[in-house]
Amino acid sequence: MARVWTGVLVLALALGAAVPASAQPADPIKIGVIQPLSGPVAASGNYVRMGAEIGRDWINARGGVLGRPIQLLIEDNKSDPKEAATAAEKLIVRDKVPILMGAWGSSMTLAAMPKLEEYGVPMVVETSSAASVTKRGNPWVFRISPPSEMEALGLEKYMKDFGVKQADFLAVNTDWGRGSATAFGDLLKRSGASVGATEFMDQAATDMNAQITKIKAGSSDTLFLTTSVEQITLVLKQAQEQRLVRKVITTGGSSSPSQLIKQAGAAAEGTYHLLFFLPWFPEAMPDGKLAKAFVDEWSKRGHPFEGLTEGFRGHDGILTAAEAIKIAGRPDPKAVRDALWRVSIMGVNGPIKFEKDGPAGKESGQSKPSIFIVEIKDGKIALPAFVAKK
Amino acid sequence: MDQLYQHLLNGLLLGATYSLLGIGLTLVFGLMHVVNFAHGEFYTLGAYALFAALAGASVDFFLAIPLAVVLGAAAGALCERVLLRPLRGESIDTVMLVMIGVWIAMQNAELLGWGGVAKSVPTPFSTRPVVLGSVSVSPLRLFVFGVSGFLILGAHLLLARTKLGRAMRATFQDRETAALMGVSIERVHTITFAFGAGLAAAAGALLGPVFLLYPSMGDLASLKAFSVVILGGLGNFVGAALGGLVLGVAEELGAGYISSGYRDAVGFLIIVAVLLLRPSGLFARAERVG
Repeated sequence: MARVWTGVLVLALALGAAVPASAQPADPIKIGVIQPLSGPVAASGNYVRMGAEIGRDWINARGGVLGRPIQLLIEDNKSDPKEAATAAEKLIVRDKVPILMGAWGSSMTLAAMPKLEEYGVPMVVETSSAASVTKRGNPWVFRISPPSEMEALGLEKYMKDFGVKQADFLAVNTDWGRGSATAFGDLLKRSGASVGATEFMDQAATDMNAQITKIKAGSSDTLFLTTSVEQITLVLKQAQEQRLVRKVITTGGSSSPSQLIKQAGAAAEGTYHLLFFLPWFPEAMPDGKLAKAFVDEWSKRGHPFEGLTEGFRGHDGILTAAEAIKIAGRPDPKAVRDALWRVSIMGVNGPIKFEKDGPAGKESGQSKPSIFIVEIKDGKIALPAFVAKK
Repeated sequence: MDQLYQHLLNGLLLGATYSLLGIGLTLVFGLMHVVNFAHGEFYTLGAYALFAALAGASVDFFLAIPLAVVLGAAAGALCERVLLRPLRGESIDTVMLVMIGVWIAMQNAELLGWGGVAKSVPTPFSTRPVVLGSVSVSPLRLFVFGVSGFLILGAHLLLARTKLGRAMRATFQDRETAALMGVSIERVHTITFAFGAGLAAAAGALLGPVFLLYPSMGDLASLKAFSVVILGGLGNFVGAALGGLVLGVAEELGAGYISSGYRDAVGFLIIVAVLLLRPSGLFARAERVG
């Protein structure tokens, strides 16, 4: 009898030892994601989430990182900066994520940033364009999207082709919109053009007729429009109602031109859009094969095509975060932060590699993404003639 | 000068939408004293109902609007019957908390049902603007303006001239006396709330195609509706209609001539001023106290 019990004991010990050893590899590494999944800019946030999920599934299909699968913990910031800060705190304190990706809008990202510094957790910023994101001296911030200044530089070489003499600005009244108006205003002055009216609109505003009337009273030839696709749709429709004749250029890369064609129709005709992904011409991207695979996977999942110009950000953000964890060798926030400086990887947008930006000693990371321009012509997306020539 | 005319026209069109939002709330909030935080959700419901009828069942646009209104009114009647009736006689705060709950529940249900991505509603109207001299306006907005005016006038006449309207006013002025006079006060409560919700749904069905549909679209609508009701005086239809126009024109001129960044601030400054100087509303007649 005693021998039987000994046998059971040995078996139990062996099992006991075996269980934690076999459970460990299956234990996923968590990545926190903060996006606007509801509220006025929800479309964009949901597209980024879809892209992040593709990134996650692809990485896991390749065996995950450090032999463990990655898991996304996705929080909704409700398009509200306050909620973004709460979401960051929740993911860091409750879920103990070693790295975050977020938080779409600059105001939301800026609101979450103090939490990164407080708890010492890095964040990959996938969309925000305000210069202040990387200029505040927060060494936990690593941005893969271009700040407005970089976008303006991307446009600079085409300024002659556009023939802008005077331009107005209509921007969302957030850090993003205000920052963008300043950056593109500087570009205009550099290239010898002047700035007309600079108008703002609340993020949730639906009636922009007052701003349009004011812009119409001026004598500019171009309108720079910086906001989410929802508001761009409304502005274009209302501009059409008021017979506003301007060359419209949207900035920030969140204009989802395919959605504009669908929802604004003829009002979107002839508009130009600064973008960071060309899903219509994936072969023109720095890594054509990757871009094509992403577009195919996106449509295979039944996601709306118009979300692709936003969705790639999620993929690239998660790819960057996973690569940093891999380089760090362990999911520890401090080690992952240090590893982010050594990331050099090819995303859907192009190469991702961080350079120092911001006050010395407390620099944030800023990658140099590729920037593209498209035009809506005859209800389709086209590369403007002057871009195709160059 | 052309700019001023266009601003005034924009302001009137915008103001009419505010009036439309305000009249439903002035009934529920002004007359029934239910602080209806869910007003914007009935607005959203109306807009999505229109969308569903058009996209899902391919109903005619002009038939889909009344359908949306009926659905909104039915939802309102249900809400009153199930949630508000048991709370009759409770303090205004309790009812307010319940309505906040309804607001959150309805908005999240919309998010669950429709997703967060904005939808646009196709209309049979041409996108080519109607040009009147130096100003222009889209045919759809003219249609919305006309129907708003009709609804406001109709609601006013119903309340002021009909037996049902008299029963409504009597019920909320003095419950017991109205009951003694043979008014079925429970029914009047339900009808009034359903009427308010139906008007909100009408606003949603009319404005949804002008703007875009998304689950939180009702928040801004609620905010504007409360502003209009405060401006116009509680329970005052004509006040709500004029209050909406005042708010619309003020916002428009504020954005046009002061600063577009402070557009909403202009509206709220007016409300603060009205609350300080004429707390019973811009258009309230002197009221009997007691």
